[in-house]
Amino acid sequence: MSMNEQYASAVGGANELKEGRSMEAYTDLAGTDHAEVSKDRTREKTVGKPLLESAKMSTRNVKVFYDDKQVLFDVNLDIGANEVIAMIGPSGCGKSTFLRCLNRMNDTIDSCRVEGDLTLDGQNIYDPKLDVVPLRARVGMVFQKPNPFPKSIYDNVAYGPRIHGLVDHRAELDEVVETSLKRAGLWEEVKDRLHQPGTGLSGGQQQRLCIARTIAVSPEVILMDEPCSALDPIATARIEELIAELSENFTIAIVTHSMQQAARVSSRTAYFHLGKLIEVNDTEVVFTNPQHKLTEAYITGRFG
Amino acid sequence: MNFSTIFAIVVLMIGLGYLLGRGRSVQLAGQIGGVRHLNSLPFYYGALIALWCAIPSLLIFMGWIVFDDIIIRSMVVAELPAQYQQMSAAEQSLLVNSLENIAAGVHFGEPEPALQEAANRLLSLQTASRWSLAGVVISTALAALVIGWTRMSPQYKARVHVETVFKGLLLTSSLIAIFTTVGIVLSVLFEALRFFRAVPFTEFVFGLEWSPQTAIRADQVGSSGAFGAVPLFVGTLVISAIAMLVAVPTGLMSAIYLSEYASRRVRAWVKPALEVLAGIPTVVYGFFAALTVAPFVRNLGEAMGLDVSSESALAAGVVMGVMIIPFVSSLSDDVISAVPQSMRDGSLALGATRSETVKQVIVPAALPGIVGGVLLAVSRAIGETMIVVMAAGLAANLTANPLETVTTVTVQIVTLLVGDQEFNSPKTLAAFALGLMLFVITLCLNFLALHVVKKYREQYE
Ligand SMILES: Nc1ncnc2c1ncn2[C@@H]1O[C@H](COP(=O)(O)OP(=O)(O)O)[C@@H](O)[C@H]1O
Ligand SMILES: [Mg+2]
Repeated sequence: MSMNEQYASAVGGANELKEGRSMEAYTDLAGTDHAEVSKDRTREKTVGKPLLESAKMSTRNVKVFYDDKQVLFDVNLDIGANEVIAMIGPSGCGKSTFLRCLNRMNDTIDSCRVEGDLTLDGQNIYDPKLDVVPLRARVGMVFQKPNPFPKSIYDNVAYGPRIHGLVDHRAELDEVVETSLKRAGLWEEVKDRLHQPGTGLSGGQQQRLCIARTIAVSPEVILMDEPCSALDPIATARIEELIAELSENFTIAIVTHSMQQAARVSSRTAYFHLGKLIEVNDTEVVFTNPQHKLTEAYITGRFG
Repeated sequence: MNFSTIFAIVVLMIGLGYLLGRGRSVQLAGQIGGVRHLNSLPFYYGALIALWCAIPSLLIFMGWIVFDDIIIRSMVVAELPAQYQQMSAAEQSLLVNSLENIAAGVHFGEPEPALQEAANRLLSLQTASRWSLAGVVISTALAALVIGWTRMSPQYKARVHVETVFKGLLLTSSLIAIFTTVGIVLSVLFEALRFFRAVPFTEFVFGLEWSPQTAIRADQVGSSGAFGAVPLFVGTLVISAIAMLVAVPTGLMSAIYLSEYASRRVRAWVKPALEVLAGIPTVVYGFFAALTVAPFVRNLGEAMGLDVSSESALAAGVVMGVMIIPFVSSLSDDVISAVPQSMRDGSLALGATRSETVKQVIVPAALPGIVGGVLLAVSRAIGETMIVVMAAGLAANLTANPLETVTTVTVQIVTLLVGDQEFNSPKTLAAFALGLMLFVITLCLNFLALHVVKKYREQYE
């Protein structure tokens, strides 16, 4: 069975596409032969509202390759200031890769090559002259598995402010650590043991420590790659609450495998499929009235 | 029948036991509807019978080989005429050797009748011993075969028994290692104690002068000998410290380069090259130290107006450091590579540069392993012999000046034991005392290494 047929059956054999999109475009998007697809890229267009009038970050025609294998195809997406945008899609569709483009973490992978225009406040972040150090301070990242450093809780949070020289003396640093931990909702639990190792905390606490560590350098954008996938439901709920609080001050892009989570925390949702950005819409629209068959198939749990 | 034939027969019987056990279990299984109705796989029945064959008969075999000689010798000596009975133990052992030669027909002239008779007796006792060994061992193995065969049933828990034996085997292996260590320590300890009877312990440990030339004849003058080990330990310390000064930074930094910065291609070249360095025999390093580095250091020192002796601690220490570089770098490389990628990602995502990440995250996370590796390297430096024998010199100077000649504990052990010495002289025995001290120091170092590693573990886990 070819991939096309698989998807056709996955979406329940429906041949008609919503919004009058041609069958051709549909099979094209789900097609296996990427080379052919990219030749014909004029035909594919992300459904919904990927672009915004004023964007914090914007990406145009982003293509990513690992060696010669292309894993992202012409992604165009705007991320608005102070919004929470969720990225969903089946495993391996390129969500993490896309997220890591936004703070150039892909630079650390030798085989990875990124093409296209990516900007933060209108400034090209892939400019060869640009220094990634301040970029990563402005665009922070929280990973799938909590990864506190093998240092004390205090030193974990103080790490960023120290390397960026954000504070002049100890009292200031103490204050940054305290406010960061408070904003990450961890202060009450750890204030009496700041000098014990961060690795001794529970998984959920570790993840909040990582969030505190990230916000300690006052980023503008926070990228989160499945931040709750290693946590239990209670710790997950705690982090989701935290995301809602943080969205007042930060722009957040979150990759998640849980559709409930996307529905709960985000205001916009982007659906990726096989390296293509299929649909971007307000979260409510995506979950109640998806405009693309593939999105619908995914959110109704028919594949993924 | 000699020992190897007996051994071969036993091994054959063990193999036979395996086949019989296996075959019998398959046969039993056939009667009750297949192998899956057996308690254990046929392999375990075979293995169990083989083990029953092997363990008692091989134990008897080994015990016999060990004690057979002693018993036969004492029996032969007991029958000798009274004049031989009064001899010292050493002379008696020589006598038995000559009896063996007579028995083998190697002798000059006609031996005394008493000795000839004893030799014949020796021969016949030996033959009898071998035949009875063969009888005992083979019947033991046979008995094991028969008992195994009769006790075998489909319910028999062969697997459990084989597991038990296997566990015992593993335990024995680790015990062998431990007992060997204990044996070595004890033998060194006893010789060292003999030395301390001649030279007081305090004089040895705190004495500042080392000149082990004792008088061979009573009428020799000016050679009473001084056995103060402090200059040797200071020399060892100086050379090891120089070696560590060279090896630790270089090794650690090359490990960091290899694991954090080098591209895959560079790594593929540099790592094997470093391992070649580890494969150079220490004697070759010794040449290099004595013929190339020492003169170079001397010339350099002279050019700078310093007084450098031609066998300086500096030359030996530097070369020893070079020798240890691959040791430090490969151990550190392993622990650095074992630091999870997520640590690097976490640090880089906060905007840290690579070197900040290395300094503040990677090295601290890898520190227990690095410290362990460094302490192991120190043990190596302290125990290293060949380079210092060739390059460091023999004069026991009490100095911390790396430009002077010093000598080390290992060098002195070598010089004390090389050459014609009476084994009982304090001069020779001093080598054992030095060896014991060296062992104690290395032991303390390893203990410290473990302690440090454990402390960091607790902190980071
Ligand atoms: N370091 C890498 N080297 C090569 N291929 C990679 C690498 N990381 C990811 N990929 C490939 O890129 C594709 C997208 O991966 P990823 O972005 O991790 O997907 P997602 O996060 O959506 O599950 C997958 O096909 C994956 O196999
Ligand atoms: Mg992912």
